[in-house]
Amino acid sequence: MNIQHESPYIYDLFGIPGFHINLSNVMMLTIAAVIVFIIGVVSARTLSMRPTGMQNVFEMIIEFVRNMIGSTMDWKTGERFFGLGITIFLFILVANMLGIPFMLINHETHVLWWKSPTADPVVTMTLAVMVIVLSHFYGIKIRGVKEYGKNYFRPKKFLFPINILEEFTNTLTLGARLFGNLYAKEILLTLLATVGTTFPIGTALGIIPMVAWQGYSIFIGFIQAFIFLVLTMVYISHKVETEH
Amino acid sequence: MPSTFALGDVLFSLFTFVILLLLLRRFAWGPIVEQMRKRENHISNEIETAENHRQEAEKYLEEQRVEMEKAREEAQSIIETSRKTAQEQSKEIIRESHEEANRMKDNALADITREREQAVEALRAQVGQLSVLIATKIIEKELDEEEQEKLIQEYVQESGGRL
Repeated sequence: MNIQHESPYIYDLFGIPGFHINLSNVMMLTIAAVIVFIIGVVSARTLSMRPTGMQNVFEMIIEFVRNMIGSTMDWKTGERFFGLGITIFLFILVANMLGIPFMLINHETHVLWWKSPTADPVVTMTLAVMVIVLSHFYGIKIRGVKEYGKNYFRPKKFLFPINILEEFTNTLTLGARLFGNLYAKEILLTLLATVGTTFPIGTALGIIPMVAWQGYSIFIGFIQAFIFLVLTMVYISHKVETEH
Repeated sequence: MPSTFALGDVLFSLFTFVILLLLLRRFAWGPIVEQMRKRENHISNEIETAENHRQEAEKYLEEQRVEMEKAREEAQSIIETSRKTAQEQSKEIIRESHEEANRMKDNALADITREREQAVEALRAQVGQLSVLIATKIIEKELDEEEQEKLIQEYVQESGGRL
């Protein structure tokens, strides 16, 4: 039973030293993006005054993201983050779901190809850092450097170190939370799949927890995408809102 | 946990994310949000139109009610007028017929009086003729003057008393 999989790395891409790339992540991110894009295009294909089918679903998602943003900040400020929010939510949601139905592993080399891209810390931390950087960027853009700087001394001056620390912990927890949940999901799925396929009695034993865990994984996938969206908007609103 | 830090993953994640964001804006939520806005406008317009129609309908109803009231009053006044006219006319007719009757009665009375006078006239003439006849007969009998006179007076009185 070997659940320690390798990743299909290409080292020193384009001859640049240290520029490594995980081909599995590249593939899965592309697939996730393509699926989200297809869902979006299918939803927007037949637009009508009376929404039907996919348009309805997508409008529900739009309303959901709108409400999410509206609950953390003023909609006039928050409107510009709508695209970011809906992309984050759908992208992470689809990425979370991708790893649930199956895994593709090259058994010769133990290279893991098909998995949730969000089960990779580099990907989740990238998204988290992107969100935090965006929050700083918009904080400065909307409120100006002075107000932005003052924010570090609120509510009391001596909290400055804690405020600085918070920026890093926010980034770390945002990325690590998503990664941790999805990685755990992947590990347990791999374990159960291994149990189910290694010896005959394991199939009988493994199938029930497998189904249960897959169901729970769908739940986790939703919750984590939701949490990522909410925290994104909360962090941004902390930076762009004058009063909170 | 992978032990290698893959910068390529970082760049590719960002790249994918940004491309997806732009594509979704262009092809998915952009048009859908536009559609939703259109629908919102449409609905609010419809509500406004409905509200306007309702107000108009109420206005018309009020107008109609006033018109009805007016028409009813008019009808009432017409009935009243015609009743009055009818009464006057009937009075007029009765009065005229009274007059007519009176006139006819007067005429009849006048006729009767004239007829009677004519009759008296005729009788007088006849009496005169009879007197002449009587006188002639008396003369034929050759009476004396006193007796003749007496006889004439008698006849005259007799005929005059009868009238």
